[in-house]
Amino acid sequence: MMSIFSMPADVFLGQLLLGLINGSFYAILSLGLAVIFGLLQIINFTHGAQYMMGAFVAWMLLHYFGIGYWPALILSPIIVGSLGVLLERTMFRKLYNLDHIYGFLLTYGVALVVESAFRAQYGVSGQPYRPPNALSGIIDLDFMVLPIYRLWVVAASIVVCAATWIVIEKTKLGAYLRAATEKPVLLRAFGVNVPRMIMITYGFGVGLAALAGVLAAPIYQVSAIMGGNIMPVIFAVVVIGGMGSIGGAILTGFGLGILEAFAKLLYPPAASTVIFIAMIIILTVRPAGLFGRTR
Amino acid sequence: MAMAPLETKIAAANGSVRQRQLIIILLVAVALSAAPFLIYPMFLINVLCFALFACAFNLVMGYSGLLSFGHAAFFGSAAYISGYCAKTMGLPAELAILVATSCSVVLGLIFGWVAIRKQGIYFGMITLAMAQVVYFIAVQAPFTGGEDGLQGVPRKALVSAMAPMSDRQSYFFVLAFFLIGFCIIYRIVHSPFGHILRSIKENETRAASLGYDVDRIKLIAFTLSATLSGMAGAVKAIGFQLATLTDVEFFMSGEVVLMVLVGGLATMTGPVLGAAIIIAMQYYLSEFGIWVKALHGMIFIVCVMAFRRGIVGEIGAYLSRRRGASD
Repeated sequence: MMSIFSMPADVFLGQLLLGLINGSFYAILSLGLAVIFGLLQIINFTHGAQYMMGAFVAWMLLHYFGIGYWPALILSPIIVGSLGVLLERTMFRKLYNLDHIYGFLLTYGVALVVESAFRAQYGVSGQPYRPPNALSGIIDLDFMVLPIYRLWVVAASIVVCAATWIVIEKTKLGAYLRAATEKPVLLRAFGVNVPRMIMITYGFGVGLAALAGVLAAPIYQVSAIMGGNIMPVIFAVVVIGGMGSIGGAILTGFGLGILEAFAKLLYPPAASTVIFIAMIIILTVRPAGLFGRTR
Repeated sequence: MAMAPLETKIAAANGSVRQRQLIIILLVAVALSAAPFLIYPMFLINVLCFALFACAFNLVMGYSGLLSFGHAAFFGSAAYISGYCAKTMGLPAELAILVATSCSVVLGLIFGWVAIRKQGIYFGMITLAMAQVVYFIAVQAPFTGGEDGLQGVPRKALVSAMAPMSDRQSYFFVLAFFLIGFCIIYRIVHSPFGHILRSIKENETRAASLGYDVDRIKLIAFTLSATLSGMAGAVKAIGFQLATLTDVEFFMSGEVVLMVLVGGLATMTGPVLGAAIIIAMQYYLSEFGIWVKALHGMIFIVCVMAFRRGIVGEIGAYLSRRRGASD
């Protein structure tokens, strides 16, 4: 039997895949958080709840309307993203001139309301959601079996993250976005509708969270607490990556997913804390995070 | 010549203020001693513990402008440690509280040392993430009793000659610790150190340019707050005879933020009032289960959108407006 790092190869690759899957969700979620923070200067505490809503909307579409996975992959982010836009229009907009702490607290309050409402309605036990037929089944690689759906999640997430990165860093739209982050007043003077850009950006970030939710639905069960549990991890990922950095959020997301998976293998009790401990260590060495710049 | 009447006026005003303060203190003392005979003592114990927790938290959030989202780590870990000392090791309650509070000093220093290097909004995320480490330790460690927590912590104190205290006796035991903590916080806030803290909150750059070591002062304030939060948790484990995962989970960190926000940031009595309101809500609305959490969320939204000064803060602002109008 071939072995890598004194582990059997199948164990090693299995764990790597598991890490990549968790990392896919960390990457998409922290990417959304970073995009929102970049422009709104708000830490979107509702992100986890919006991820959960994404999964639930997919489940509801199937359960109540018989609409399957593929349409849900598009519809759910649009629906949840629109709700996000509504939130931005009615509430966040009034807080931009205040201390950022209030934005943080407001999004926390919204998350509490949403998550409690879903818990009251659906309980904490998960609702099953089956992957589409085209993606169920496994690939047998002789030394290990790969569920196709999990490969799809990793691939989809890499594509989404890469596309977002390209749009923000390489296109004209992205240039506007970065300009609005740096000097919103100046950009407005050039005739760009910055408030609308902020609104769309928030909707997009929320849509990313909902997309992660739909992708997660067949892997983890759809439950009201799936978002609250993942939030602290996402915060740690964003802090490690460096708040301002889009690429940093993506790379750190995948990296920490893998780190967590191997921690589970080497010393299981550490699996739930390894990301936070990594955060503490990295912050003491590099206070601005791995990819962040000190201002 | 015109000075004399003014001076006597000031002296008279000072006298009447002092007299009024004395009357208020007397009234509060009477109310606090009568309370356990009128209201269910366990409810009051709960309120006092959370009031102390909220006051301690206000020290960082209200007076230093640091939004910590990890204070449950201090409250909860101290509850476990004091519960363990009293139950498994058989220490008297006072010693158990002392040990647990000392551990909070160390934990507070560690949290503060890591988090204070990062500004503003990061602070909340980092403290939250660090508190998760404490939470998972509480979930996994053998001595915390897992999902059950530590139940039936004995209420045997030196002051009761190691005999188990009744609910009412425990109330006065808890009240003593609350008053100690409250007075310490009052002293901190009204000391020169407290003024420096507020100046840092108002304008950090200027405070630094005046020669204050801003990070060190913040670290001291944070550690003091962590210590007193720990004391609140430690006392709660004795008074309520219980330490569970609820005390250390991240929802608890949010709850203490809410208490301070509802009562009034940077006011002395606001957190006490806020704690009383939130605990009363949990008690009297407990039949609604999870909807109480949703209600907490809604109160959060209302406070942030329209009511940022909190109850005591709004009353204070109203009074000073009226005083301004009558002069």
